[in-house]
Amino acid sequence: MSAMTHLQFLESEAIYILRETAAQFQKPALLFSGGKDSIVMAWLARKAFYPSKLPFPLLHVDTGHNFPEAMTYRDWFVNEIGAKLTVGSVQKSIDDGKVQEEKGHNASRNKLQTVTLLDTIEENQYDACLGGGRRDEEKARAKERFFSHRDEFGQWDPKNQRPELWNIFNGRKHFGEHFRVFPLSNWTEMDIWQYIRQENIPLPSLYFSHQRKIIERHGQLLDASTGIIPLLDEEIPKVKEMTIRFRTVGDATCTGAVESTASTIDDIVAEVAAARQTERGTRADDKRSETAMEDRKKEGYF
Amino acid sequence: MDVLVNPTESSLLRFTTAGSVDDGKSTLIGRLLYDSKSIFEDQLLAVEESSKRRGDAHVNLALLTDGLRAEREQGITIDVAYRYFATPKRKFIIADTPGHIQYTRNMVTGASTADLAIILIDARLGVIEQTMRHTYLASLLRIGHVVLAVNKMDLVNFDQAVYDRIVSEYMAFTAGLEYVPQIRPIPISALNGDNVVDHSTQTPWYEGPSLLEYLETVQVKPESVTGAARFPVQWVIRPISDQTDAKLGNLHDYRGFAGRVAGGTFRPGDEVVVHPSAMKSRIVGIHTFSGEEKEAISQLSYSMTLADEIDTSRGGMIVKAEEPIQSAHEFDAMICWFADKKTLKPRGKFHLRHTTNDVRAVVTEVLYKVNISTLEKSQDVLEFGLNDIGCIRIRTSAPIFFDAYSENRITGSFVLVDEQTNNTVAAGMILKPIADAFEEDAEVSI
Repeated sequence: MSAMTHLQFLESEAIYILRETAAQFQKPALLFSGGKDSIVMAWLARKAFYPSKLPFPLLHVDTGHNFPEAMTYRDWFVNEIGAKLTVGSVQKSIDDGKVQEEKGHNASRNKLQTVTLLDTIEENQYDACLGGGRRDEEKARAKERFFSHRDEFGQWDPKNQRPELWNIFNGRKHFGEHFRVFPLSNWTEMDIWQYIRQENIPLPSLYFSHQRKIIERHGQLLDASTGIIPLLDEEIPKVKEMTIRFRTVGDATCTGAVESTASTIDDIVAEVAAARQTERGTRADDKRSETAMEDRKKEGYF
Repeated sequence: MDVLVNPTESSLLRFTTAGSVDDGKSTLIGRLLYDSKSIFEDQLLAVEESSKRRGDAHVNLALLTDGLRAEREQGITIDVAYRYFATPKRKFIIADTPGHIQYTRNMVTGASTADLAIILIDARLGVIEQTMRHTYLASLLRIGHVVLAVNKMDLVNFDQAVYDRIVSEYMAFTAGLEYVPQIRPIPISALNGDNVVDHSTQTPWYEGPSLLEYLETVQVKPESVTGAARFPVQWVIRPISDQTDAKLGNLHDYRGFAGRVAGGTFRPGDEVVVHPSAMKSRIVGIHTFSGEEKEAISQLSYSMTLADEIDTSRGGMIVKAEEPIQSAHEFDAMICWFADKKTLKPRGKFHLRHTTNDVRAVVTEVLYKVNISTLEKSQDVLEFGLNDIGCIRIRTSAPIFFDAYSENRITGSFVLVDEQTNNTVAAGMILKPIADAFEEDAEVSI
């Protein structure tokens, strides 16, 4: 008998979770940001239901602060795997007066996404949202379930979660409640990259080394080429052209770059293997407090 | 970081850790992560800052796993935390389970997916009631391998006599268990790292492997891999399309049974029995996205096509014809009760989830409860409260297709779901079916 690699195990587990989600819920959606984790998750969904099409749409919560490369990729990918796309717009939530834009030069729409996400879930009556979150990403995520219950306000109660045993997942819920489902819970950043390499999955160019105008702010390397991040007057002379890549791709205002010459998947695997900082170390949204992630998740964040 | 850069050579080990409060579980995990260079600088910096703020004397590695605000505030672990690390030899998934209230519930949860359990003992205290509870649970959940980590050896001057006495006491206790896992005792100091990654110079009398060496090399083989072939049907793939697929041809009549193999191996051409109808058929093809497969092996996900049009869907079960599965309405099972606000009593009704099946169930009888410190069975109080373990008889609204838990952890396990709150309130391990007249009649008429 052939031995199983850890990637085979993780792939099979994720496919199992994706099928459980389709089977246990009336109207699931797959949260798709154009970042590598959601790309891998959608890739696995295509495998799970092959030769059928995905039995659920991809849902992009659009902050309006996107890297153009991520949007180009999104549209290409959706077409490539033959999926349907739904977009929830943070700009629309702002225009409708449901949320207020943060003020100051550190303003980010990251936190506002939660409102848009919950509204989109309610409008479309999604009862399960598949997310690409991994337990190795962050200490609050390490406590997350595969099938994570959300009350009718979209809130997570980390101290009162359903135990998950063997491979039995309990998606029973009352009307108005929903679930977040995390098929990649047991994957690490390294697993994701090894899988991308194994499967030869195309990625947005942002993940590979390129030249970009960068402003360093609070030790983070932020994009200064798209104009999405407003610069202070005194910052303008400090903008530098640097050789960077992004380790995570999310809302442009809080996604930090790393200096890197890694231009192929092999280069990236080697770089990740040698990394001394977690990938979320480049995320401004987690730096706000020690329990920033837990606090956002309780409110209904991804 | 030492990580597996070549995934084709790596395998996976899932383990759980158990110990009482202050036995140093979180410290041990922190140590494994730290010494295998799986902790990142920004994580360590954050932990150092928190330790300083809390006034801890040294860097509190427990803060690496205690992720929730309430845990960090109270200095305790509330919930199972999953941690990941890898060495060039293996990838590891750790279920770190807290050692206080709701302990049983958390350990049972962590143990249900583990191949190995590390049971920590404080060398100063030796085998205590908690040790026996943890060992009983590991045995009940059929974890094949136990590491007895005799911790805090530094506090008993690395005295071999202390260690030997604890080990022999432990072996004497485990000899009385119904199922005895393979046991590997190791003297360690999690705080200082003795025998965790490297051999300690403090224990020249100990000739066995360090903890990490053992974890990297122990051979685990779940019974399900070699056992009877089982395929619970999870989802039926019907493209309902007139398109032609490059690999599968015209899709109009494609009907694939999707699922994850729960035991054994299937191959195209195998004669199978398909439940619930118990009709016989033959496997035509085994498919994944990559194409046709020569075999479907345990734990991996596939879709299968059959030679005959057979009515089965989610909740059904495909088994090899020569390896029949049990089918019954009523069976005995060991359960662990998880709810703190409700108790389990005879006549209690639940949703029962077993593989991909969901049926209604009623507790027909509470047979006995187990005192997991003394292993005594008692029939004094036939009501289960939080963390109680015992044996019940259950009747279901439709037959389920199962093996004894001792044969297969997937087809032998179930959970009970509360009909009002929808919470998962019990974990169950099937012992044996109760044959009833109705069932035997039904079989004759088929």
